[in-house]
Amino acid sequence: MDKKKVDVSKRKTLILLSSVWGGIGLGFAAVPFVASWLPSARARAMGAAIDIDVSLIEEGQRVTLEWRGQPIFVIKRSKENVGNLSKLNDKLRDPLSNEQQQPSYAKNLYRSIKEEVFVVIGICTHLGCVPLYKPKKGEVDSSWIGGFFCPCHGSRFDLAGRVFKGVPAPCNLVVPPHKYLNEKILRIGEE
Amino acid sequence: MYKLLHFFLNWVDKRFPIKALWQGHMSQYYAPKNFNFWYYFGSLALLVFSIQVLSGIWLAMFYNPSSKDAFDSVEYIMRDIKFGWLIRYIHSTGASFFFIVIYLHIFRGFLYGSYKKPRELLWLIGVIIFLCLMAECFFGYLLPWGNMSFWGAQVITSLFGAIPVIGAPLVELIRGDYTVSGATLTRFFSIHVSAMPLIFLILIAVHLTALHEVGSGNPDGIEIKENKNANGVPFDGIPMHPYYTVKDLFGVSVFLFIFLSVVFYKPDFFGLFLEAPNYTPADPLATPEHIAPVWYMTPYYAILRAVPNKLFGILLMGASIAVLFALPWLDRSPVRSIRYKGIVSKCFLFLFILSFFILGYLGMVPPSSGKTFLAQICSIIYFSFFISMPIYTSLETCENPPKRVK
Repeated sequence: MDKKKVDVSKRKTLILLSSVWGGIGLGFAAVPFVASWLPSARARAMGAAIDIDVSLIEEGQRVTLEWRGQPIFVIKRSKENVGNLSKLNDKLRDPLSNEQQQPSYAKNLYRSIKEEVFVVIGICTHLGCVPLYKPKKGEVDSSWIGGFFCPCHGSRFDLAGRVFKGVPAPCNLVVPPHKYLNEKILRIGEE
Repeated sequence: MYKLLHFFLNWVDKRFPIKALWQGHMSQYYAPKNFNFWYYFGSLALLVFSIQVLSGIWLAMFYNPSSKDAFDSVEYIMRDIKFGWLIRYIHSTGASFFFIVIYLHIFRGFLYGSYKKPRELLWLIGVIIFLCLMAECFFGYLLPWGNMSFWGAQVITSLFGAIPVIGAPLVELIRGDYTVSGATLTRFFSIHVSAMPLIFLILIAVHLTALHEVGSGNPDGIEIKENKNANGVPFDGIPMHPYYTVKDLFGVSVFLFIFLSVVFYKPDFFGLFLEAPNYTPADPLATPEHIAPVWYMTPYYAILRAVPNKLFGILLMGASIAVLFALPWLDRSPVRSIRYKGIVSKCFLFLFILSFFILGYLGMVPPSSGKTFLAQICSIIYFSFFISMPIYTSLETCENPPKRVK
């Protein structure tokens, strides 16, 4: 073999191998820097689940809690409110809650675990305003039967947080993960 | 793929001299072929600078520069931020390694006469960078707002009070208060994270431009530009890329191994890199029992303490750094490298380094009369190395350096 001839292919292989090896190293070195951007232990502790005694809520009352910096509405619906929910199907965009806007255990007519107690994140799915709670008939206009009305761009939702047709909001209000520890205590943020 | 890249490069090159820059500074920048171990530290200084910038940007995302929250936010970084401990230890260890690298880089200059004609300006810019590094570390040291941070800043800012007439108002101007306070902290933070890094970038660019103008020195002190072939390429030169980029990459891997070993296993480095009193919050009413600067400042601190007069001590401490500016004109030797200098130069350099180490140690420990006497002797050796340099370098007999690199 000619000793003066440079073995270019071997050189290229070595350059490739060392570049890949160095690239993997850089990838690992990037992990701590990217991971440091995740919510810190403090932020996670402050975002822990919150409890509320639902037996203290009166019929028709809305309680607003803060969880992870978002308003959480807990509402006790009346029998009449609950009965109305099944009559709205043709007016709603997603009456059967097919979009993943709720945990699987809240994918029912009431979008809740208990029929009367409704838990929802009070943030409009259009552009993030907080919708107003308007439970009474005719409170917004003559056709209004009770629900949530967003003051920013006029989106309308029923008392299960389902969006009406013909408004800017694209989908139903989000139901946060929640569970009952016993008959009275509701925990929001845990399943 | 390759064609597309080629096309793109040509497109850029017509609008920006990318090829000329690459050739001028890398692929056709000819460095002497006899670089040894001591020539690693220039590129390593660039590496540490990048590490400090990167980890510093990340720390600034989580740090809170107010006298009320600074200490807690550092603890928050250490405990609550994912990998926050790692990012902070990289930055604190990086500060010490920056000085290790820079001291070795400067020592290379002493060994091989890197400051001698035509590299005087290159050396001067380097000394300015060294001064900026000390300032940058001083500003950064206040930020954790521990008790050593506070008293370190208190003592150093007090130094300006020794200046006659304007001293006292000047100290108030620097601190923005009657003592080191939240006002001092916010201005130090701003200078540490924005002003100084910008100055560094400019100075590094100027340092490298000057280096590539005059060309690198080498352990034999030979001017390789004096022996060129027909194409103007020095016989004893090899292109920066790939020869020295690969060599420096090897240096980087060894350096990172040592650096990360300290980061992971001994980040406080026996109380030298991170001092114990700094784990308690700043307290303007109680000085730590034993106060000393971080290790890289201790030689100068020992010189300050060796002088029993406030103003004269401060002046001598300033002179211990300032004398570096005069070095290119103090050295009268006909040769550059220590290899061919006479025995007096060799002995003096050895004594100088020895006294530097002893002063560094003395600056860390509490003073006693015996230690102060030793510090005085070492200070005399430190300065006589420089002051008598014009005499011994012009009188001693030197060997003749070879005309070409062997």
